[in-house]
Amino acid sequence: MKVRIWGSRGSIAAPGPETIRYGGNTSCIEVRGDADETIVLDAGTGARPLGESLMERQVQRIDLFLTHLHVDHLEGLGMFAPIWSPDVELHIWGPPSPVASLDERIATYFSPPLFPVHLSEVPARVTFHDAPRDPWTIGSITITADPILHPGATVGYRLESDGKSLAYVTDHEPALGTDLDAASTSWISGYALAHHADLLIHDCQYTEDEYPDHVGWGHPSAAHVASYARRAEVDRLVLFHHHPGHADAELEAMRAAVLAGWQVEPQRCIVAAEGTEIDV
Amino acid sequence: MAQTNQHHLVLIIARDFASRLSTPVFLVDVTGKVIYFNEGAERVLARRFLEGQSMEAGDWSTVFEPSHDDGRPMELSEIPLGVAILERRPDHGIVRIRGIDGVQRRIEVTAFPLFAHADECLGAIAIFWQTPEPVPEDG
Repeated sequence: MKVRIWGSRGSIAAPGPETIRYGGNTSCIEVRGDADETIVLDAGTGARPLGESLMERQVQRIDLFLTHLHVDHLEGLGMFAPIWSPDVELHIWGPPSPVASLDERIATYFSPPLFPVHLSEVPARVTFHDAPRDPWTIGSITITADPILHPGATVGYRLESDGKSLAYVTDHEPALGTDLDAASTSWISGYALAHHADLLIHDCQYTEDEYPDHVGWGHPSAAHVASYARRAEVDRLVLFHHHPGHADAELEAMRAAVLAGWQVEPQRCIVAAEGTEIDV
Repeated sequence: MAQTNQHHLVLIIARDFASRLSTPVFLVDVTGKVIYFNEGAERVLARRFLEGQSMEAGDWSTVFEPSHDDGRPMELSEIPLGVAILERRPDHGIVRIRGIDGVQRRIEVTAFPLFAHADECLGAIAIFWQTPEPVPEDG
């Protein structure tokens, strides 16, 4: 699998000179499978440039996996060029809800007055799927979705292909109510998704100073990320979902904090930057 | 995905909720096996969680000698937590139990199944508290 990051910011886009190295677009990742499958993880503002690239490449089937429907993971969908092409088959997967269907919930944002066109009117051939409870397969990739700790229905995804695994676990507060260093792994949210992953892409929103004022908001501190990666025994870690107020230098300091807690070789932990490509 | 023994998020949250309550709480998985009880429950049952974890329904429904007010033994299917597991519906009732300390206590129990989806039951939770002895009727 080849991974490319198109947006790594959390909460709201944060363009500007202080975020130029790691980027200001919100969550969006492209995964290309060994059989040329195109999987998109979340549709933040990074979906706009990704969509242009996919159109240039004339990709005709796209599977978009939404972790949840908070705006920073959905706001790029309206400007995602493939959704405006009748030649594109777009499958949108997301967390099931007992309240409303996935398309109804997405249309809350993707309809007037918040957006000029209703979701049901887009030209692409769109199919909506509740993320299944059991693993499923798209081409050469097996996908598992599992609920994780974040306000509202939220899932993380694990993608496996050719013996390699990618865990995408963003918007996740695994330390809420849990001592990550002491708890049995069976009581750690998201543990199964990340366990022995070759690559874990994980939320790293808060510093230790910021976290106490944001307990329950659904995001971890850098120390939590270090503990989670260590307990899940992942190989490589990508710090993701950067706080919009964190400038490039602060993100690098957070990486240092994660490495200090995780105690591994520095090359095993990187800060997600727009344009980063990773082979899994 | 590699097999792990991670509990479903609903159970993780239920355990966290229980661990923060002083009110006794007893949590079982879908088979009725104990996966957690809190300190409040430890006091009523006179048993520490570390000693009682992994008890099967057949164990916890007998070891505490549940009975009706009139002394008749109470079957698993009559205990509110048993009803929640066996019939997958909420139940409420009064149960007499005998703690591991030998003391009989009269408790009032509310139990309900934990559904992640309408067709996916993960376990059940019982919240209980000691309740006074009934006042004998005159005459």
